[in-house]
Amino acid sequence: MTNIPEGSKRPITTSAIGIGLATGAYGLSFGAISVASGLSALQTQTLSLLMFTGASQFALVGVLGAGGGAIAAVLTAWLLGARNGLYALHIAPTLNLRGLLKPVAAQLTIDESTAMSIAHDHPATHSRHAFWATGISVYVLWNIGTLLGALGASAIGDPAVLGLDAAIPAGFLALLWPRLRDRTAWAIAAGGATVALVLTPLTRSGVPVLASALIAVFAGYRLRDRT
Amino acid sequence: MIWAAVLLGSLGCYLEKLFGFILPPTLLDRPMIRSVAALLPIAMLSALVAVQTFGDGQSLVIDARVAGVAVAVVALLLRAPFLVVVLVAAISAALLRALGVAS
Repeated sequence: MTNIPEGSKRPITTSAIGIGLATGAYGLSFGAISVASGLSALQTQTLSLLMFTGASQFALVGVLGAGGGAIAAVLTAWLLGARNGLYALHIAPTLNLRGLLKPVAAQLTIDESTAMSIAHDHPATHSRHAFWATGISVYVLWNIGTLLGALGASAIGDPAVLGLDAAIPAGFLALLWPRLRDRTAWAIAAGGATVALVLTPLTRSGVPVLASALIAVFAGYRLRDRT
Repeated sequence: MIWAAVLLGSLGCYLEKLFGFILPPTLLDRPMIRSVAALLPIAMLSALVAVQTFGDGQSLVIDARVAGVAVAVVALLLRAPFLVVVLVAAISAALLRALGVAS
């Protein structure tokens, strides 16, 4: 009876490991796609170790692979990563961190760790446990997945023959899918895709995707008081 | 150039995370910023799907990738996990090419 608080943390840990394993599978496809896009295995692994935010990583290698250039690739990754800053803002009071733990927690602040922390918001110790367990589990397994995927793709060879160039848009689609929760989201997605396709013949590669960000800015301005 | 993109991109993405912990909340916690940051992934991921499906440099083409993405949609509707979605897309495109049906 006395150890209920400790005991009830175990399901959180189990979920955290489950989420880590699922993201490890994403990591596998990220590693393969990154190498197929022309990055070395070392560059690919560096992204998973240092950038550690899936959508931005996929976008960076996608834009580079399509010949969009480094500047467009970096800007796209940054714009996609902006939400992590707001996650950090949101969970900082619960995590209540001091000193060196802040920069460590920052690196682990992603969709999964934030969602788990918010889902177990009571009591605060559980929320903190959910954040750290999920963050560490995803970090470790995402990086292992990346390594295996990158080495696997290096061994296979010509990506077009194997259809890996179709895996890239499929990967983006799978990242987008869970965010298409309502009609507003569908409308914004349709707007982003349209802007990008219209601009593709008119601008250099990399610009169309950046320009689609304007749809989010416009919609965000219109919807600013709804969230 | 690739290394520059990898390192600069990583630095920026890390700072975005760190800012949320160290900057005063009043600076970031505005309805407009919240709303835009939440919507950016939707607009941009969708743009990436479109460009990576139909783009070939500056031209738009229809090739085996379209079939791959269509199969991916079916997999997503069937609630397949990420890795399966990506794999079936790659395999369908590769098959169509091997059969000479699509380029």
